[in-house]
Formats: sequence, structure tokens, C-alpha cells
Amino acid sequence: MTARQAGFISAVLDPERPVPPGLVNKSRQATGRFSVYRNNVVVGLIEALESSFPVIRKLLGDEFFMAMAGVFVRRFPPTSPVLSHFGKDMPEFLLSFPPVAHLPYLPDVARLEQLVRESYHEADAKPVSAEFIASLPPEKLSQTQLLMAPSIRLLRSDHPICSIWRANAVGGPKPSYGAEDVLIARREFDPEPVVLPSGGYEILQMLLSGASLLDAFGHANAECGEVRLDETLSLLVRYGAITEIRNGAHAPVEGRQ
Amino acid sequence: MSLNRNAIAIAGAVAAAFAVGSLPAGAAENEKCYGVSLAGENDCAAGPGTTCAGSSTVDYQGNAWTLVPAGTCAEIELPDERMGSLEPLERDLPA
Amino acid sequence: MQSHPESDACELPASAGVGYKEQHFREILESPGDVAWLEIHAENYMGKGGRPIAQLRRLRENFPISCHGVGLSIGGEEDPDEHHLDRLRNLLEWLEPASFSEHLAWSTHDGKYFNDLLPLPYTEDSLARVCRHVDQVQEALGRPMLLENPSTYFGFEESTLDELEFISGISERTGCGLLLDINNVHVSSTNMLFDPADYIDSFPFDRVGEIHLGGHEEDQDPEGATLLIDNHAAAVADPVWELYARAIDIAGPLPTLIEWDNDVPDWSVLSAEAARASRVMTGQVRTS
Repeated sequence: MTARQAGFISAVLDPERPVPPGLVNKSRQATGRFSVYRNNVVVGLIEALESSFPVIRKLLGDEFFMAMAGVFVRRFPPTSPVLSHFGKDMPEFLLSFPPVAHLPYLPDVARLEQLVRESYHEADAKPVSAEFIASLPPEKLSQTQLLMAPSIRLLRSDHPICSIWRANAVGGPKPSYGAEDVLIARREFDPEPVVLPSGGYEILQMLLSGASLLDAFGHANAECGEVRLDETLSLLVRYGAITEIRNGAHAPVEGRQ
Repeated sequence: MSLNRNAIAIAGAVAAAFAVGSLPAGAAENEKCYGVSLAGENDCAAGPGTTCAGSSTVDYQGNAWTLVPAGTCAEIELPDERMGSLEPLERDLPA
Repeated sequence: MQSHPESDACELPASAGVGYKEQHFREILESPGDVAWLEIHAENYMGKGGRPIAQLRRLRENFPISCHGVGLSIGGEEDPDEHHLDRLRNLLEWLEPASFSEHLAWSTHDGKYFNDLLPLPYTEDSLARVCRHVDQVQEALGRPMLLENPSTYFGFEESTLDELEFISGISERTGCGLLLDINNVHVSSTNMLFDPADYIDSFPFDRVGEIHLGGHEEDQDPEGATLLIDNHAAAVADPVWELYARAIDIAGPLPTLIEWDNDVPDWSVLSAEAARASRVMTGQVRTS
């Protein structure tokens, strides 16, 4: 048979192209009806982006977002039928899209929204209770591995992306400018981004790679001027991020800073 | 900082972080549910038919782009005091 | 009245169900009314966990589930995507749905997914190809599937078979069951100028495992002709209820889904639609 799909799709995505030949309705031409698919494909994908990037949409306004999303879906159509994966290329797209070049924080805000969505669909894990953690002797806790929930995500930005997200998603205060390290954690089902205290990002990076708390703290101290371990641990407990405390983690390496 | 001092600092931090009195009671239950929007969902319905904007979005592509962001970005003060200006800068426009 | 067949492809009860929407979770469990089963879109439950999966695990304890795929592109020129078949198989393994169905349409081209049910010409070649794809799907999933008739807005001049010949042919050659979407019949018959009653009367009901009833919107094509759009954003229209009663008269009660995907109403409105379908099946509503 004639390969119809290629011509059909190019004409759907580019309204400047002529409608594919041979579309009929009882032997009458039905060319005008092709716009049903032109609209439905592009608008359907735009709507998927609207629900996936609500904060980017609010920052840019509905009209601008819709037009920009129209450019995006033509350049980066979904590569999987699972729409919750759609939009991975948004940060790169925003970085290279001249009409938003004056908003340098946008790509990281898009990354944050993407990670919130990933977290939403991640595997469930039961957190270790705060009471149990509190009952462990600190010297024991510092030698063990703290395993993190699969839904945990980390993001470091030069921009106040968590404050921007909160201001737009949940009516948080107006953001003031500065870098932010963000933890995305999911208490039960709703992921929430929170700003990490100083040193928290370095500690979590290490914990996520399997290091003991002592090693993680040592690394953070070497990297940062100030390390707020107590605040970081409080956050992890409050957000149910610690799912297992495993004995027999590798012992701290002598002399490691 | 030496290993020993790290261990002592951890002990202190852990004690502070997990002192039972400082744990917010029932935090998980009391926190506001943000109802995070969860991405486009698949369905098998058609959308706007012949009446919507799909055909016209092409007008916005490339150099014909005339829109400027008009959302809350205007409220975010950038460090160089551009104030998230509503007008794109000259250098930002496509050639 | 014919006996209800296809028990291998569809174990849904011959009663009313609705398309599941997250906002109805509590009410479905607390006041299901006449709703005896639920349909989900497979692609929305392919994550590893979180709320969607947790809700579905809870719902399947109370309700038979119909798993309705929207992304296999069975009508496409390319074979169904193996990764997607894997995802489906994983889902069906734990969900153990009473039925799995997909569409006579395509949505994927050259590895890109276009999130719409796109039309295909009906020829001997395309019939052979769709049959091969249905075979591949049934083989990969280890179970028979139901295939749904599309809403059409135009035909292709190279088509040599009509839709009924095409669909019946697929079912005969592959052993798949059929999902008869009666709103799609109404939409297509209005757009393509054929008699929907003839279509219903000639439909191979011995292959039908499920019926869909949904809402549409009236539009006009650029030439000024009426064009119905299958948007699932409204109550089932009266002509569709009449065709449904006609189908039930012929075939007897069949698992019947109310599909409402956009502008989703309150639970009371949706469950009232399901109750109406129940009344048609129990003979409390008749066409004159």
C-alpha cells in the first residue's frame, strides 16, 4: 500500500504544507476536514505540556506559553506513548529559545517541574519512623548507611528556583534573588520542593551514592564553609526521605577530608 | 576538620535534629497537600476539532515571533535589575 | 437476542461501567450506584508507584477493571513498539484486568508519538498489516484483545473495503474481540453520510465484548457541512442512546462504558449516565 503516514504527519505539523491528496467523503473532496487532525494533534500535545509545566506557564502567561509550546511540540514531539514522560527536552529548549533568553532561571524551573513529575510517578517506599531514628545512638547512626526513598530528587541552581516554584504553585512569598539547592521529596503521594540548608546538597549527594553519614558530613565540610547537618537531617525526617538504615556500610576512610 | 571532630559534630547535630521534642507531631498529616499537577494524561478523546489554534501557531515560529512573556515573570527581580522586563532585549531577538 | 460470546477476551460484567478519573476516587468507593466496573487508560498507569498506582490497586479490590490502551498504534505502518508492549505486559500482569482493548487507529510514526487516533485507509494490504499487528499484540500479551471502531472525519480514495468489512475481517482472522463505540458510529455516520442503524444492524455482535458510549461536539467543516467531533466532553447524546437501545435489543446486555474524558462532571452526573445505560439493559427504556 502507499505509505500514507509520513505525508500525513508532515502536513499535520506544518499547516503551510498542502493537505495530503485523496481525502474524500462519499467521493467529494474532504480536504478542509484535515484541520481536525492539525488541531487535535498539536493542541493535544500543548495541553499535555500545560499540565506538566504549570509554573513555566504561569511565569510566561497562557498565550505566550501556548504559542511557545506549539514550537516545542513540532521540534520535540513525544518519543513515547506515555505522556507523563513528555517534555524532557523543555530545559534545553528554553535555553535556546531567543524570546525567553532574558529569563535565565527558566530552564532550571523547567528542570524542577520535570523532577517533581518524575518523583510523583516513582516507586513507593515506607519511611523509617522519626522515633526509631531518634532512638539510635548518634555514633551508630553516623557509621550506617541512610538509604533514601526512590522519589527523592536533588537540583542545584544559580537561581531561586524553589522560591519561584513556591510563589507560583502554592502562593509562596515573592522570591529574592540567589542560588538555591533544592530537595524534592514526597510525603506519601505529593512531591514538594524545599530549599536545602547550607551543605545539605553535598551531604545528600554522598548519602545517595551510598556513603555513611560520617563520610557525607566530612565531604560537605570539605566543600562548604558552613554545614547545617541538623537542619538537613530534620528535613529528611520530616519528608519521610529515609527509608532504611543499613548496618555494615563501609567504614569511614582514614584521613578523608 | 578531623574525623573525631566530625563524629562529635554529628552526634550533636543528630541529637538536635532528632530530639523528640523538636519533631513536629504528625507532620505528614498536618502539612498542606499541594495537589501537585501531574502531567498530561493519555486519553482517547479528540480535542478542539476544526475550531482551535493549531493551524495558527505556525505564525509564531521563527522571526515572525511577536509575543512577549506576560505572566508572573515580570514580578521576579533579576540581580542585574532587569526586573524580568516585559520587553525582550535587543540581543535576545532572533537575527 | 444472541448469547454473549467472547468470554475469553472480555470478562467484564454485562452491566454499566465508567472511565475512571482521579477526582472521583472516594465517591466511586463510597457510592458506586449502578457502576459495576471501571475502565482506565493503560498509559496513565505505567509509572513505578505513587498515587495513580496506589489508587488503581485499591479500586481493583472492589471493581473489575477494563484496561484500555491508547498508544499501541495498531493501525500504523510500523509494528507495535516492543518497549511499549513490555510496559503493557507488566501492567496487565499485576492488574489482571477483565479486558484489554485498543483502537483501530495509528498514533506513532518514525518513533514519534502524536497522541491522537489517526485514520488509515481500508485496503487488503492494510487489513493484512493490522491483522499482523493484532496477532503480535495478542501474542506479546498472552491474551485476546478487543479492537475499537474509530470516529472518522474523512475517508481515503484508495480504500476498497468498508469499515464493517474491515473490522469483521480483523476479528475473523485474528480471533480478537470487538469494542463497539456507538458514539463513534453516530459521529462517523453523520460525517460520512451513512445510515448508523444499518451499521448497528450489520455489526458482528457475536464478536463484541464491550460497548462505549461517549459525548461529541457539533462543528462545521470549511465547506459548511455538519462535522461531529468525538471529544468525550459531554453527556451521551440522544441519537446515541437510541442506537444503543437498538444494539441492546439485538445483542442483549453487554458491558457498557460511559466515556467522559474532558470537562469531567461531578460523580453524580457520571453515575447517572451509567444508571441510564443500566436501565436500557434491563429493559426499562425502549426505543419506540
